[in-house]
Amino acid sequence: MKFLVLLIGEGELPAWDTLTEEEQAAGLGKFEEFDAACRNRDGVSIVSGEALAPMTSATVVKTRGGKTTLTEGPYAEAVEGLGGFFLIEAPDLDVLTELLTILPAYDMQIVPAVDQV
Amino acid sequence: MRPAAVLDEVWREDWGRLLGQLMSRFRRADLVEDALAEAFAQAAEQWGRVGVPENPPAWLREVARRRILDALRREATAASKSPLLAAGLAWAAEAATPLPGADVDERLALLFMATHPALAEDVRPALALRFVLGVPTSEIAALFLVPTPTMAARLTRAKARLASAGIPFAVPDLDRWPERVDEVARAIYLAFTSGYAPVGGQEVVRLRVAGEAVRLAVLASELLPGSPVLEALTALLQLQHARRDARSDRGRLILLADQDRSLWHADEIEAGVARLAALSPGSGYAEELRLQALIAAFHSTAGTAEATDWHALARTYARLEALTGSPIVRLNRAVAVAEYAGPAAGLALLAEVAKQLPGHHRVALVRAELLRREDDVVGAVSAYRIALELCPSGTERDHIIARLAELERA
Repeated sequence: MKFLVLLIGEGELPAWDTLTEEEQAAGLGKFEEFDAACRNRDGVSIVSGEALAPMTSATVVKTRGGKTTLTEGPYAEAVEGLGGFFLIEAPDLDVLTELLTILPAYDMQIVPAVDQV
Repeated sequence: MRPAAVLDEVWREDWGRLLGQLMSRFRRADLVEDALAEAFAQAAEQWGRVGVPENPPAWLREVARRRILDALRREATAASKSPLLAAGLAWAAEAATPLPGADVDERLALLFMATHPALAEDVRPALALRFVLGVPTSEIAALFLVPTPTMAARLTRAKARLASAGIPFAVPDLDRWPERVDEVARAIYLAFTSGYAPVGGQEVVRLRVAGEAVRLAVLASELLPGSPVLEALTALLQLQHARRDARSDRGRLILLADQDRSLWHADEIEAGVARLAALSPGSGYAEELRLQALIAAFHSTAGTAEATDWHALARTYARLEALTGSPIVRLNRAVAVAEYAGPAAGLALLAEVAKQLPGHHRVALVRAELLRREDDVVGAVSAYRIALELCPSGTERDHIIARLAELERA
């Protein structure tokens, strides 16, 4: 099944722009390690994944009574801190959460995609 | 045997195994459990008329299997609008290959699934009782003091989550066992203690379900032999449950010291003590449960309240306190210390507890009891009054009122 993994916050980690270059490199190294671990695991693949631009650049789309409006905010709470996402194919939640421990210890939210019959 | 008796026995012996087998084929907790319950209902209706089939579990499995396929077909039809295609899809939904480690008892996978950390903590004990032992929803509701429809809705939500959230029906990897087995033990312990919450009404059902929790603990320790946390839990529950018949009299709570010890189940105490004796000191939750079991064993093996080894009890409480830092444990230690070193020693320790638990009625109550034993009637009366002010209604409150009346008469 497919899972959307939302990286929603830095958790206990210091903010990215306060890190030294070496610390940032170590953080990126964890993403590469995660990538490799997913490739090597049976039944697991990263379908897609991106880091996202700061939320100040996001746009809210609403359609009311057939009329679509675009606004800057208000943003959904969980999405305010959204830093990136993965779409990952994995056999189950346990396999996925085990692999996710390789990443920096972000706060995350895992949402399964609905199976397409 | 009468059909109803056969069905009862199959329910008790085979429910978990049947559910596990169906889960491993279909991986749909939401459909599988309902279908099996319906198969049992059909058996209850049909076996009385046409007789018991030759192999009752196989009969039930087949009926449940057909019901699941029907449900899958209905789902697929709704999704695809083409009944022919849907039929094929439903059949395809049966897992073609058995799970890795299919020789492992499926009830173990059920137990791990029902207690998965991705589920809300309070629904895990209910799911474990329902899935592994097939305890009726109405009884689980009585255990947790909620109306049956509320519990049914809670279980339905949890089953839907099991089917959709990607929670595996599998025995977890070995390196995850320590934490996962702790979760299993916590869920079973919660199911058990809910049965003993001091409340009136529905007492019989609640005791019966607490007994089911003991059975679940025994089963879990059989399925996962050599697990210290499950062994300690099972010993603890066996020892506590063995006192069930002496714990209350027509809804009135009877304190340990006043219980009729001939009502305790000696065989169960023996089993608990034997299990406990085989355990060595450990760490974490397993050690916490082991020390609690040890405390229960000191009480259960004393011929009279006076003959209790209070010294050993106080030492065990001290170790438990060091492990958990719990002021309630310290409160219990104060009681044990007072028993062998006198009320004054208990009161000294109690003064420290009072700082950690301000406004807790039981601190005032213990203080009152100890002052009474010191013959400080004025002090005792005032402490009982404070306890009464803080104590919620219930059997404990009745006890305080009785004591106050007794002292004020004197």
